[in-house]
Amino acid sequence: MPLEFEKPILELEKRIQELKETAKATGVDLEAEVRLLEERLARLKGEIYGNLTPWQRVQLARAQGRPTTLDVLEKAFQDFLELHGDRAFADDPAIVGGLAYLEGQKVVVVGHQKGRDTKENLQRNFGMPHPEGYRKAMRLMDLADRFGYPFLAFIDTPGAYPGVSAEERGQAWVIAQSIQRMSRLRVPTIALILGEGGSGGALAIGVANRVLILENAWYSVISPESCAAILWRDAKEAPKAAEALKLTAQDLLAQGVVDAIVPEPEGGAHKDPEGAIRNIKEALLKTLEELKGLSPEALYQDRYRRFRALGAYAES
Amino acid sequence: MALERLFRRKRPSGENRDVPELWTKCEGCGASLYKKELRENLLVCPKCGHHHRLPASERVAMLADPGTFQETTRLAPLDPLGFVDTKPYAERLRAYQGETGRKDAILGGTCAIGGVPAVLLVMDYAFAGGSMGSVVGEEIARGAEKAAAEGRALVIVAASGGARMQEAALSLMQMAKTVMSLDRLWERRLPYVSILTDPTTGGVTASFAALADVIFAEPGALIGFAGPRVIRQTIRQELPEGFQRAEFLLKHGMVDRVTDRRKLKAEVVRVLRHLHPGVPYAPGV
Ligand SMILES: [Zn+2]
Repeated sequence: MPLEFEKPILELEKRIQELKETAKATGVDLEAEVRLLEERLARLKGEIYGNLTPWQRVQLARAQGRPTTLDVLEKAFQDFLELHGDRAFADDPAIVGGLAYLEGQKVVVVGHQKGRDTKENLQRNFGMPHPEGYRKAMRLMDLADRFGYPFLAFIDTPGAYPGVSAEERGQAWVIAQSIQRMSRLRVPTIALILGEGGSGGALAIGVANRVLILENAWYSVISPESCAAILWRDAKEAPKAAEALKLTAQDLLAQGVVDAIVPEPEGGAHKDPEGAIRNIKEALLKTLEELKGLSPEALYQDRYRRFRALGAYAES
Repeated sequence: MALERLFRRKRPSGENRDVPELWTKCEGCGASLYKKELRENLLVCPKCGHHHRLPASERVAMLADPGTFQETTRLAPLDPLGFVDTKPYAERLRAYQGETGRKDAILGGTCAIGGVPAVLLVMDYAFAGGSMGSVVGEEIARGAEKAAAEGRALVIVAASGGARMQEAALSLMQMAKTVMSLDRLWERRLPYVSILTDPTTGGVTASFAALADVIFAEPGALIGFAGPRVIRQTIRQELPEGFQRAEFLLKHGMVDRVTDRRKLKAEVVRVLRHLHPGVPYAPGV
């Protein structure tokens, strides 16, 4: 399903394609016409993709075909071996993780997992973890810490699951514990926001030495829809809320909430997932290199300072 | 003044006690209560035990030993994102400040609690629903660090709808900041007691409030991650009776004790005296 604002581009692309096919089938020279339309297409793309509103970016962050955690783990890493279960209650399919190599470096990885189609989305609860998911993440954090391997987390969730079962099993408690566990790791940690960074359910695996974000991903305290429902009393005002929340990659960089932006191919990561994953891999390798010289204690202190400094207030 | 006029106006909570009416209605059982009696019971209904919300300053008076509290909270909020919804955030802040006489949703300082040196931080639900933005996060982190530096216990009374929306991602980051600041207490082996009061939800429950050495909850307090309205929308059915109340959390293993407010200080003191390494054995204090 194309996004609403992509439609003029897709229509023009279709017309160019048709024109080329006509030229081929009839032998008529339409090269000038094609070139004209291609120029117009480039301008149109520049106008649309160069002026994306925050709400349009939120839609890109959710677009079907955007790389998920498992796509990244399978394509940017080698020998990903998934490990299951929280050793207490269940295996949560909304969070995946395990062992992998990144260009030969041993790492432990974890991430929210959305479905790639409706059926898988139902199975994975749309990437909204239960407490079990965070307990699995913590178990993998411990594993990384024990062996001294870097811990890499991929964030892509609308939020932790707001349901009866999740509350009964201590959703708030596991999120708090996961924040604490991750903040205390004595290994290099990187979090990368792939798509949606929804609230505490995202932060639970986001307390890293370096936080990276894909160009069109969002990260905030609440989704634009929920924010609009509360503050505007109408979820349909989500575009306004997306604007007000300053949740885009550029905004977050300015606030110091993220450390770097990973570029996406033109039109968004769903247009060229392979290209996006190449950029992700490059960014991860570069960031790991930056953290390489730090001792275990320095890694902890670096993380403490990073988060301790965030916030805006006046002394009085 | 005719007697019926005294009964006419239903007060929403105990927070308007300073108006010259002598009687109020219990929010739990509806009984007409003599205000002085209600106040003497720390706003707990003597008839049904309903715990009315206690203003932050009275919470301090209830927990701190008399004459020992010295306020340290001093930060004022900014509007880092220039947030505007149906009203500008800056305007909302001014209104809350006018109503509460406080700069932001937290009151804290140093004191003694049952003779144990402590940093006491109390969230103020009357200010923006006790929401945690940069000021609340920073005051909590500073409170934890001060407690660690001065060998004090940390006691935090939570009352909050969660992270403050108008500071967006910066509010979210306060969850990490507050959690990390607790490490300083861990390193010094100093106790941290969390008291969850009505209501405590969202990013406050899911950060520092859930990570105390000992967690108390007040009877009937609503405590959870997601709010009941959100959960109802998600599952599209009514929630079970007592869901997300303090007693439910005790049953599910999330809190140590559900304690009547009138006995709360005595129990907090017992915990602090037991855990604080600087306090000698003294049974029955
Ligand atoms: Zn009553």
